[in-house]
Amino acid sequence: MGIFEFFKSKKEPSSASVAKDRLQIIVAHERSQRTQPDYLPQMQQEIIDVIRKYVQVESDDVQIQLDNTDDCSVLELNVTLPEK
Amino acid sequence: MAKIIVVTSGKGGVGKTTSSAAIGTGLALKGYKTAIIDFDVGLRNLDLIMGCERRVVYDFVNVINGEASLTQALIKDKRTKDLYILPASQTRDKDALTHEGVEKILTEMSQEFDYIVCDSPAGIERGAQMALYFADVAIVATNPEVSSVRDSDRILGILQSKSRRAERGEAPIEEHLLLTRYNPERVSEGEMLSVADVEEILAIPLLGVIPESEAVLKASNQGTPVILDNDAVAGQAYADAVDRLLGEERPLRFTDIQKKGFFKRLLGG
Repeated sequence: MGIFEFFKSKKEPSSASVAKDRLQIIVAHERSQRTQPDYLPQMQQEIIDVIRKYVQVESDDVQIQLDNTDDCSVLELNVTLPEK
Repeated sequence: MAKIIVVTSGKGGVGKTTSSAAIGTGLALKGYKTAIIDFDVGLRNLDLIMGCERRVVYDFVNVINGEASLTQALIKDKRTKDLYILPASQTRDKDALTHEGVEKILTEMSQEFDYIVCDSPAGIERGAQMALYFADVAIVATNPEVSSVRDSDRILGILQSKSRRAERGEAPIEEHLLLTRYNPERVSEGEMLSVADVEEILAIPLLGVIPESEAVLKASNQGTPVILDNDAVAGQAYADAVDRLLGEERPLRFTDIQKKGFFKRLLGG
């Protein structure tokens, strides 16, 4: 860093730390998907289809997540219903 | 029984072939009978990097199909004793590789060699999966750059689920991180992920850090593995990595910049 850059305010984080933060998030997300069972995407689609028979929802409005704890797995289903 | 090492990465252009050539040569220099196999069917390049492109007669696919024997297809390296190259086929596609065919050849080679280095093609398709399937050890070549790190993590997932060891429930493939094209100056300026950053994200043991070096291009221009260039930092860094692969302790070199003098820093040089 030269004498000129020294006086410039250097508040913004370095691009390398931005890269690290982004990578940590995406890698953690992809690892959690990696361990999910193969049937989950299709099951998700079928659940969405069933819900759609009764309520008009977008695919994005239905979130399905499988969490594994020590001795049990929890299937979490989150549906955002449209406002009337 | 040979130890089978796959050099893989997911992403292309990170230095798989350069690393396969360097590490294979390094193992042979240590006195181990070593073969390097090019799995990049249709896009072979190991022959060029090793400088034996004009000596290719038969290839990997010829041996799988029984059109040539292993002895006919293996090219003996002219510089390094105990080193052999098995080139990929240039005219076929990756479907020419079958599990049975590859297994048969690796089993045959295992009787004769100490190390078999499999140079994987880029991607996660058939060729790449075939290169890693039979591996005992994986060297994951990674650049300190977002897309390369992400792809390396993806490949680690495949090593842990789709390899023979994983399918058979055997001890997992031994994984090593090889960080290539590292630029300590840019790291110190906060413009490049550091060794520690990549280690933290991928969470596998570090085999070596190869600094970005002009010697790598020079070596590939000449068809000489860069590890034979003793004056080049990249060559020395590969030699350290080979030593670590063989279980020796080597301190990391070439990952810090030379401290600049007071005046140079003041003037921003």
